Amino acid sequence: MTDRRRVILSALLPGFPQLAAGRWGGGGLSLTVWLAFVGLLLTRWARFAAGWGGPLDHKIASLTVVAGLIGAWGWSLYDVSNPGGVKQSGVSQWSLAARAFRKNRIAVAGVLVVVWVYLIALVTPLIAPHDPAAQASLLTARMVGPGGEFVLGTDDLARDVLSRILYGARISLSIGFVAVGISVTIGTLVGAVSGYLGGWVDTVLMRFVDMVISFPRLVLLISLSALFDTNSILMITVVLGFTQWPGTARVVRGDVLSLREREFIEASRALGFSRRRIILRHVIPNVLSSVIVVATLAIGNVIVLEAGLSFLGLGLLPPTPSWGSMVAGGRDQLLGAWWMSTFPGLAIVLTVVAFNLAGEGLRDALDPRLRT
Amino acid sequence: MTTRPDLLVVTDLRTHFTTEVGVARAVDGVSFQVGMGETLGIVGESGCGKTVTALSILQLIPSPPGEILKGSSILFDGEELLKAAPARLREIRGNDISMIFQEPMTSLNPVLKVGHQIEEALRLHRGLSKSEARSAGVALLAEVGISDPEERYDCYPHHLSGGMLQRIMIAIALSCEPRVLIADEPTTALDVTVQAQILDLLAKLQDRHGMALLLITHDLGVIAEVCDRVVVMYGGQIVETGTTQDILTRPEHPYTQGLLASLPGSGDRDVRLNPIPGTVPSPVNWPAGCRFRDRCPVAEERCAESVPELLPLSEETTRLARCWRVGSIGGPVEGST
Amino acid sequence: MRTFIARRLLGAIPLVLGIATLIFFVVNLAPGDPTARFLNPNTSPEAQEQVRVNLGLDQPLPIRYVRWLGALAKGDLGDSFSHNRPVVDIIQELLPNTLLLSFSAIGLAFILGILLGILQAVRQYSLLDSIASMVGLFFYSMPSFWLALMMVLLFSYGANVWDWPIQFPASDVQDIEYAFFSPVEKVQDRLMHLTLPATSLALVLAAGIARFTRASMLDVIRQDFIRTARAKGLSEPVVIFRHALRNALIPVITLVGLYLPFLFSGTVFIETVFAWPGMGKLVVDSILERDYPVVMGGTLVFAVMVVVGNLVSDVLYAVVDPRIRHD
Repeated sequence: MTDRRRVILSALLPGFPQLAAGRWGGGGLSLTVWLAFVGLLLTRWARFAAGWGGPLDHKIASLTVVAGLIGAWGWSLYDVSNPGGVKQSGVSQWSLAARAFRKNRIAVAGVLVVVWVYLIALVTPLIAPHDPAAQASLLTARMVGPGGEFVLGTDDLARDVLSRILYGARISLSIGFVAVGISVTIGTLVGAVSGYLGGWVDTVLMRFVDMVISFPRLVLLISLSALFDTNSILMITVVLGFTQWPGTARVVRGDVLSLREREFIEASRALGFSRRRIILRHVIPNVLSSVIVVATLAIGNVIVLEAGLSFLGLGLLPPTPSWGSMVAGGRDQLLGAWWMSTFPGLAIVLTVVAFNLAGEGLRDALDPRLRT
Repeated sequence: MTTRPDLLVVTDLRTHFTTEVGVARAVDGVSFQVGMGETLGIVGESGCGKTVTALSILQLIPSPPGEILKGSSILFDGEELLKAAPARLREIRGNDISMIFQEPMTSLNPVLKVGHQIEEALRLHRGLSKSEARSAGVALLAEVGISDPEERYDCYPHHLSGGMLQRIMIAIALSCEPRVLIADEPTTALDVTVQAQILDLLAKLQDRHGMALLLITHDLGVIAEVCDRVVVMYGGQIVETGTTQDILTRPEHPYTQGLLASLPGSGDRDVRLNPIPGTVPSPVNWPAGCRFRDRCPVAEERCAESVPELLPLSEETTRLARCWRVGSIGGPVEGST
Repeated sequence: MRTFIARRLLGAIPLVLGIATLIFFVVNLAPGDPTARFLNPNTSPEAQEQVRVNLGLDQPLPIRYVRWLGALAKGDLGDSFSHNRPVVDIIQELLPNTLLLSFSAIGLAFILGILLGILQAVRQYSLLDSIASMVGLFFYSMPSFWLALMMVLLFSYGANVWDWPIQFPASDVQDIEYAFFSPVEKVQDRLMHLTLPATSLALVLAAGIARFTRASMLDVIRQDFIRTARAKGLSEPVVIFRHALRNALIPVITLVGLYLPFLFSGTVFIETVFAWPGMGKLVVDSILERDYPVVMGGTLVFAVMVVVGNLVSDVLYAVVDPRIRHD
């Protein structure tokens, strides 16, 4: 009886039964996604419908809404109708970590915000009140304060700040994601090889890593960015990715060094597996948990660095709506239009805080030494 | 029995800890007295509440999560320590009552010279100048049997061995001539040969200074060597008390008997060592009734329902045990059925 | 101790050499002709070539590398392309400004961070602890250039608009009329100019230091020797500051070395926002002008400062932890 009521409730308000049961990670996510996307459909139906025939990002936005709704609804319903199905997770390393993570409410909140920032970035074409590049009347709508038609005001070229922040989110998040993807791949490989092989390979690689780490990262980035013309999204992503990896390499190497002495690695060595196979099949899967933590924290770091380079005029240039160049653009108007710098900066802080919370939560959950 | 005036009187001490899984009743109604110049041993397995009892006396329990419950009383020379102001308590600590701990290696501050750590109490409680404290400190090192005291005085703890460090801990504890010394497993972390030396030293110093010694240990052998009287603890409570002689030769409580039976070289020579089966239950949920019931070889039905208070075994009030079968088990006891 | 320092110094030489090499090749292998930036495109090709010869840019890369290293060994960093001055002179002029800013910032950051960390550890789980942790996380996640702008907005422009008693200058190291000030006014003026840049730089660092100190302190407070100290009857301030703090600081000191690259990255932004004539601004400006000798010299100075900073942190470590000295 109560089960049936819960099923009906979860069909109407996906996530609510889970939220009521105190599982506010999954529950909160599906409920907020459901409510927000239903609201989006009601208020922006025309844009949603037009999305299917529009440019790629518009298509993706409409697709995200549909996928989000189906996902939230389907997950909640499945979860409610299979009581215990999800709970049945054993005591593997990952399910222990998942349990530890769920207990850390602040970290769960961090992950929620991260997911939401990505979702917002995906559906931006549907929700942005204005075109980020469109200029309203320079006579009447230049540097209009927050409130009214332009929620967060307009900039010195009469463009809507909120829309530019929304579009900027897509750029910051993509750069963060791809650059960290590059750096994590390189860093994991270098760290695993260095730690597993040891000897002179290790010495040379780690000396290099020490050198790069002991060097002010920004100064290196500035040299690289100005010299390699990083004004395109692709170049700045590549440069950030290729300078971020030494930290990952160091962490992975440390893990591998302790792993190398473990029985199952020795066993595979005794079985005569090739080094390549041992590194790829046995070593790397076991350092994944550290890599996930490093990557999550690194995304926040990369977002700040990209904003910094753009702020200095060495990264993305106007009119691309990058958070960093928006802050820089507002610098000269600080006295007349404080909102121009303030809000894009707040967007950076909020996003990075969420990534840091999530990353630290993951670290606490995945590190068995901290688990009690 | 000698009748020495009671210096330290602990009455109905209850120290509880709030944990994630519930309230841990680590010490749950413990009462005992220590007379002037007397040596009282507290014995029991790990997890019985011995150390928490000792720490509670000087109120060194980390709080939160620990808490000494209202209704507990610790009288030192007639003064209620649990009602003492923090400043008064600090006057007593290290001066009237001092304490030495189980792990000499970690109980000394690694970044301060041992001399400095000896001086601290002297300068604080005795108001000695730096140079006076130094000569007093060096003399103390000599007294606790450290050779080259002048030289050792300026060492850092990591330069010294465990036995040496425990001597230094004793020197620190004795520096202000306390009236009570609480020694919490002072020999457990040390090599067997060093253990005997430290025990001899404690006994010798106690004689010389006439202080009361509260010795906490899990080792009945240690008890046999130095104690006048013994308190046996189990499950946060006292299960039996008596003179060392009585406890060792005529144990009444099944737990005490078990402890004795598990001692090498005790009991019948041809019988193997027989440890008490099982482990101490969690202080978060002690079993109802008798807390030793699950491990007790002679447990009865009534033991699951309730447990008696500490019952006097004879006219002497210092001989008590907490068991329904008191007098009917173990050796012959007069006045029992 | 002296051999310890000497050994570390010797060990740092290959590191500096490696960094110098890295800088040289990054800068010189980059595409783009450095002369294009400062030569009038209308100059004759012969004259352009002459400039290149004068600057030594016609030589093959390995020869230029060896020459540069040779000059470097003599303390010569070459001449700036765009300022027609020796790079060493420019650095000598600007380095003190950067050092003033960085030292004030790192000093302030460690004092603030350590004090807050201790307070949080001693009052663990209190309201103050939670609030400080959360606020700290925000500062920790904040881009320093944005924080700097917000400081200017509040304490310089805002203070002016709202008539606050103190209003800080928003740019430069000193007032235009500095030369005419009395000595007291001079000190006051420098301090006023230093406040906002140093604070913006320090707050981000302090947030990290506080988190680290808190964790380290909590670790130490649980140790047996703290219980021993309390059992002696020592008062709480003595227990915390004499017994716990010194142990808790041991890991914190490694942060000095770890945070230096971060600090110098920060000075680049802060100097840009506050128009502070220092090394960070110099490097950014000369990159945009393709002034290669200045770029190489400037980055090298940053690298050396990091290496020296790491050395200082190693020595401090040995001073605080007697167990290291023993080895």
